Amino acid sequence: MTEPVTQSAGRLTVFLVDDHAMFRAGVRAELGQHVEVVGEASTVAEAISRIGAIGPDVVLLDVHMPDGGGRAVLESIRRSHPQVKFLALSVSDAAEDVIGLIRAGARGYVTKTISPDELAAAVRRVADGDAVFSPRLAGFVLDAFASRPDVPVADPELDQLTNREREVLRLLARGYAYKEIAKELYISIKTVETHVSNVLRKLQMSNRYELSRWAADRRLV
Amino acid sequence: MTTATAPPPPRRLYRPREHRIVAGVAAGLARHLGVPVLAVRISLVVLLGFNALGLLLYAAYWAVLPQEARNDERPARRDFAALVPFAAIGLGVVLLQALVFGDQVATTVGWMIAVVAVGAGVIWHQSDPSRREQWTDANGKSGWMAAIVGETDRRSFMLRFVGGGVLVAIGVIGVVAIYSPAGSLSSVLNGMIFALVGLLGVGVVVAPLVWRTFGQLRAEREGRIREQERAEVAAMIHDQVLHTLALIQRNSADIKEVQRLARGQERSLRNWLYKPTASPTERFSAALEQAAAEVEDTYAISVETVVVGDTQCDERVAALVAAAREALVNAARHAGVQTVSLYAEVEPDELSVFVRDRGTGFDLSGVAETRHGVRGSIIGRMQRHGGRAEIRSAAGNGTEVRLTLPVSRESVTAGKESAR
Repeated sequence: MTEPVTQSAGRLTVFLVDDHAMFRAGVRAELGQHVEVVGEASTVAEAISRIGAIGPDVVLLDVHMPDGGGRAVLESIRRSHPQVKFLALSVSDAAEDVIGLIRAGARGYVTKTISPDELAAAVRRVADGDAVFSPRLAGFVLDAFASRPDVPVADPELDQLTNREREVLRLLARGYAYKEIAKELYISIKTVETHVSNVLRKLQMSNRYELSRWAADRRLV
Repeated sequence: MTTATAPPPPRRLYRPREHRIVAGVAAGLARHLGVPVLAVRISLVVLLGFNALGLLLYAAYWAVLPQEARNDERPARRDFAALVPFAAIGLGVVLLQALVFGDQVATTVGWMIAVVAVGAGVIWHQSDPSRREQWTDANGKSGWMAAIVGETDRRSFMLRFVGGGVLVAIGVIGVVAIYSPAGSLSSVLNGMIFALVGLLGVGVVVAPLVWRTFGQLRAEREGRIREQERAEVAAMIHDQVLHTLALIQRNSADIKEVQRLARGQERSLRNWLYKPTASPTERFSAALEQAAAEVEDTYAISVETVVVGDTQCDERVAALVAAAREALVNAARHAGVQTVSLYAEVEPDELSVFVRDRGTGFDLSGVAETRHGVRGSIIGRMQRHGGRAEIRSAAGNGTEVRLTLPVSRESVTAGKESAR
């Protein structure tokens, strides 16, 4: 449980937060060959204290836990350790969980049915500062930003996606990889990554009223 | 609390189940007061002579007295103190009678007050006897305001009772005083105000009891609802999850079958947990998801379904869904992959569906004329309904089927609104 804190060269350090011990063990076994799992926690309080002490590169965060869930961990750690990146890993892909965690600052969201290789790739992408968008998440974001002409927009820059961003999200939702999106739109992979990061930033900073209305419309809150 | 000996069993007024003629009021009174039943009945009959007071009392008791619980043993102990409130009520009623009749005023007001007084007295009598005993040893301390709020405090009960009693008395006196002179408009108004004060007094006495009763009812109802919900969840888990787990244990060697079972179970649990059920014949998204689920179950692949927006189903939308289903089936049968993406978007003037796989791919021009899957079920069907189908495929690079269906702006907006 308390392995030495080693930032071994080149190896990503990952911390697991999940209240199911069996699932933690499984992820640890799957990820062990790709990255270094430096710790795990089963409760919100334990997670906050241990992540603060260890300072991992990436935290794999469960959404549904007693005492506030992953969101409580995220909000507390982000204040004290802004360099720690979060990737939400949950069995739920309900829209309110996805949007809620992304808005709170998670860099991506994957479901627990993801394959080990894909999970390792997602962890690496998040560690590199990129966002991890599953097709489902892209769909939710498109839905959240769907144009609503009857609602006055507070900050047009933030509350709307550009056509290009929308296009990128659509292709993501259709199951395209970044490489394929770049080829389809005749842009570089770097540009695709920039668009996705911008979408994430807009989602995290956009008009709260608009998004809470979106959630309320779907009886999510 | 005050005595070292065991507290006396609660002596409450009940209507007994046996020895009764009409509702058991007389028998209950007699048993409670320790007097012969016959005496009570005779007094009631005699009271009948005073403007049917006996009948009124009987009805009032019937209304407020609970029926005795079955197999409830109670010692028939004499308690002369229990007589006091009844004597007081009786005296009050007689006094009222004299006042009312003495001035030849309509007797209804007097009767109303009598009934109210009887009700208040009985309710007071119904209250917890141990609490009544407790306030015989009063220790005057500060904090009267807090006592009004606190319901369990014995001092609060006393305060409430005394306050209620005073208010009732004021109300009664006021009504009587107003009605004795000849009624003018202002005196009637004053009478109403006094009656209101009287009612307020009764309210102060009765409110906590009513509140407690409602609280109990509410708790009971909530408990029942919880139990019902738990039973529903248990039934669902038994019917679906446990059966699936049992099947998985028996088929654990067959990985494909295990995956199929797990996928189907996951989908149905997800729908049950997160999705308000929509009819596939009415909603576009529900129809697409049903088609995807059917393909998942039939061909043991997983379909990653993402639908943005929603609209109502009509004939053309149904055709779009059917074409999408055919594209999914093709991908499942020929692409040789485990996962197929299905993306659909509802835009103001267009519905679009994309089915994509990363499988073997094929050469569209190489498809024989006799094969109806692609030409008839996808391209032809979309054209017949005014839509468009485009298939992009390259050997080894997967296939994407793009279906678009132009729609009128109004119908989509209407569909969106009704979905919310």
